[in-house]
Amino acid sequence: MITAGIDVGSLTGKAVILKDNEIMAWSLVPTGPDSSETAKEAMNIALQKAQLSIDDIEYIVSTGYGRIVVPFAQKNITEISCHAKGAHWFFPNVSLILDMGGQDCKGISCNDTGKVTNFAMNDKCAAGAGRSMEIMSELLETSLDELGDNSLDIKDKLAPLSSTCVVFARSEVLSYLHDGVHKNDIMAGACAALAHRVYPLLKRVGIKKEFVISGGIAKNIGVVKRVEEKVGLKANICFEPQIVGALGASIFAKERLAKQKKKKKRKAGD
Amino acid sequence: MVTVGIDVGSLSTKVVLLNNDKVVSYAIYPTGVNTEAAVDQAMESAMEKAGISSKDKPFFVATGAGKKKIAPEKQQATEVICDTIGSLHINPKVTGIIDIGGETCRAIKCDLKGNIIDFAMNDKCASGTGIFLDAMAKALRVKPEEMGDISMKSDKDIEVTSMCAVFAESEVVSMIHRKVPKHDILKGIHKSIASRIYGLTNRILLEGEIIATGGIANNIGVVSILNELMNTRLNVPKNPEIVGAIGAAILAKERS
Repeated sequence: MITAGIDVGSLTGKAVILKDNEIMAWSLVPTGPDSSETAKEAMNIALQKAQLSIDDIEYIVSTGYGRIVVPFAQKNITEISCHAKGAHWFFPNVSLILDMGGQDCKGISCNDTGKVTNFAMNDKCAAGAGRSMEIMSELLETSLDELGDNSLDIKDKLAPLSSTCVVFARSEVLSYLHDGVHKNDIMAGACAALAHRVYPLLKRVGIKKEFVISGGIAKNIGVVKRVEEKVGLKANICFEPQIVGALGASIFAKERLAKQKKKKKRKAGD
Repeated sequence: MVTVGIDVGSLSTKVVLLNNDKVVSYAIYPTGVNTEAAVDQAMESAMEKAGISSKDKPFFVATGAGKKKIAPEKQQATEVICDTIGSLHINPKVTGIIDIGGETCRAIKCDLKGNIIDFAMNDKCASGTGIFLDAMAKALRVKPEEMGDISMKSDKDIEVTSMCAVFAESEVVSMIHRKVPKHDILKGIHKSIASRIYGLTNRILLEGEIIATGGIANNIGVVSILNELMNTRLNVPKNPEIVGAIGAAILAKERS
């Protein structure tokens, strides 16, 4: 049984191909202006890696903010359900998930089958979303990957960002730079500010063990460390935290397909 | 007697020279990261325009987000007070002020004597402030001062749904990709910012003669939508961005 999940996020498109219960291939592509094109691109790369054609995929589920424009998906499911499903596949004991995406951030709690029990999200304000880190990395002329590492290597002391709004924080960072504050100290301030913004979402759904972080920001050790400190729990992070939603979608696809096949069998038996 | 008002805003610094309640000269400079340098430049330029030697330093009062950087406590005054004094100087019948600055937006309710009755402001979020419009102008590649006129060509009702300036930027970029005409996008942007400001005015029930100050008051697109929403005709002075600095200069006369 081969199924696929496609997650069209605001900044990145992801695809996962699942064979029975194993990941065969996955892909990450930047989201372009046309979401359905992005979905196609992500799918094609994953297909190439798996050496399959689209006809080999028996069922496709789409998720993410662009999920309704994926023309070749049989069904679309919210990213909240898919993230819980995907996180549960990686870490079967998970009960709390923080998903930090490009333009939103969610705290999700789930039961022992990976079913969502509660969630809280911010999709109104860029502070607390991945986009804020992109802005900081552009401003500080440091790659996103380096930003997290450097933020842990504080030179003098953490430079706190008092503005919530990313647009205002930008001016604050500029004046820090002008005053000769070390970039690492500013990065530390930026990572701490993001952790401070996402923590209330987790508190709202209830802090419980095991804790998983998914989404692009999970790759930023500076943010992860500071979220862990606030929550008081060690975070579980899988090898590619950006594909958790797409993986969840591919698992839903597998379950749907199994159900369909069962129905058909029963009908054939009648 | 010549006195000076300095309004150190987050985006631009304004200096006004006042003599016998009349504006003699003024200068506007971008604040940038070096506040002191911007103030010196604006000051020098205003003095030169007025033909005053830079040696005779007149007494000044400072207001705006950066006032603490350039003035001792005795020579500082809040933006709300300076806006009110400056507005009443321009129009003595004013009982309401809408001030849209670079990083703040406020609505002030006052009486004819200049007592402040109530005010509401947003300085937490860029939506509803000048920097929001600046970001949109950049995304659309139009000059900020042209936005108003261009938007008036639109007869459509396009909605910019994101409140956050960062998200609105991506929304606008995707509209450009979809070939939505610039003037329609601009009107949508102006509607978004106007509705945020309208929310503030509603909170304190602004009424009577209302003046619009701050740089955005020059934007006919925003002002005309606000007129519609508030069912009024906003008073827009000739140089709305220097109203706060005028207020500071009047205070300087009183305090010197």
